[in-house]
Amino acid sequence: MIAIVDYGVGNLFSLSSSVKSLGVEVRVTREAADLHAASHILLPGVGAFGDAMAKLEATGLVPVIKKEIETKPLLGICLGMQLLFDKSYEYGTHAGLGLIPGEVCPLADDLADPKLKVPHIGWNALDIVPGREADPLFKYVKNGEYVYYVHSFYAKNCAASTLATSEYSIPVTGAVRSGNVYGTQFHPEKSGDTGLRLLKAFAEL
Amino acid sequence: MITKRIIPCLDVKNGRVVKGVNFAGLQDMADPVEMARYYNASGADELVFYDITASVEGRGLFTDILREVASQIFIPLTVGGGINTLDDFDRVLKCGADKVSVNSGAIRNPDIIPAAAQKYGNQCVVLSADIKRVDGKFMLFTKGGRENTGIDALNWLEQGVKNGAGELVVNSIDTDGVKKGFDLELLDAVAARCAVPIIASGGAGKMDDFVELFRKHPAIDAGLAASIFHTKQVEIGALKRYLRENGIEMRV
Repeated sequence: MIAIVDYGVGNLFSLSSSVKSLGVEVRVTREAADLHAASHILLPGVGAFGDAMAKLEATGLVPVIKKEIETKPLLGICLGMQLLFDKSYEYGTHAGLGLIPGEVCPLADDLADPKLKVPHIGWNALDIVPGREADPLFKYVKNGEYVYYVHSFYAKNCAASTLATSEYSIPVTGAVRSGNVYGTQFHPEKSGDTGLRLLKAFAEL
Repeated sequence: MITKRIIPCLDVKNGRVVKGVNFAGLQDMADPVEMARYYNASGADELVFYDITASVEGRGLFTDILREVASQIFIPLTVGGGINTLDDFDRVLKCGADKVSVNSGAIRNPDIIPAAAQKYGNQCVVLSADIKRVDGKFMLFTKGGRENTGIDALNWLEQGVKNGAGELVVNSIDTDGVKKGFDLELLDAVAARCAVPIIASGGAGKMDDFVELFRKHPAIDAGLAASIFHTKQVEIGALKRYLRENGIEMRV
């Protein structure tokens, strides 16, 4: 069973539908027992970093998540990926879960082409970091496949954990991994067949 | 780099797709769920569902269909039609919509834009406008293009973006249904004043209309159409391959 952490941000309908479509049992939950019983954990998220982190902490699940990832894979999606890092500069400075070294910064400040629009919304090609092609997350996904992004902040100073980027006048961090902890800035549940194949690979970890 | 997007629009009334339904190979030619599945498989980058139902029962049926579509289609879904309040936003987002499109609801109550942007984020709020030339000026129309609001359309869109609209759908009444190409003059005028993604709507009749749109007008992000896709006058997979052959970044 895959547990989707429900901490009151965003709509989990699409994510839970996409996992169900793979034939995998899914439970949207805020119960520690469910995270313990699960084989995998999905950490979704939309909205602002500080608010989401406060809500996640309010569920009391942060220590549970930190314990469970010792033995099972976790995938953070979009803001859920950003929460995995040390800190974010979205509307002030906020501490994250600190599971992956790095920080979350405004995309607009770093774009090489200032004419590009922020948020970075739409389909962009996934450039897998050379040497990372064999990561099990990409078991069914090839270099250059397109995935769907919606975000204004991005993870940086995280080269050691970066699995893939997408070009938006700079390489934008697209997928990361540190041990059992995975993250995607893009939305696999909105990335068509490519996204479903990535979720399938995650479910098989 | 980010791709240009091709977006089919499904106009749904009382549970049926009502515009240009001539679908070969489908069991039910006007079943929105079946059509959404077809578009998902044929490479559409996003789907727009437009609720043109008048009655409350029809609206309930639409909500059921939306939930069914959203549970089966794993590409972004935008929903419009009858969006007047934050409760309407909430209703369709809970059914699995990713973005919500407002049109006449924002004309009646412009405050819906900042309120929705604050609650759900700018990326969730799509401002759709029906625009027609009157005495050489672009004017904002309502009631399905029958009534001139007297509002300058370019000012309206610019203000909408300032208030939090994260994306614009620009429907040209002058080119709609004519199938001689998008209203490039209007689209350029909008792009000169608005820095959010712009979806061109109205006038596409053939594949080259999309080539011209994206090649010569790089500020336009997406092309939307209904009947030419429904009738397969233009087939989405073929269109996207053709655009890519013409040097336009596409997800194929």
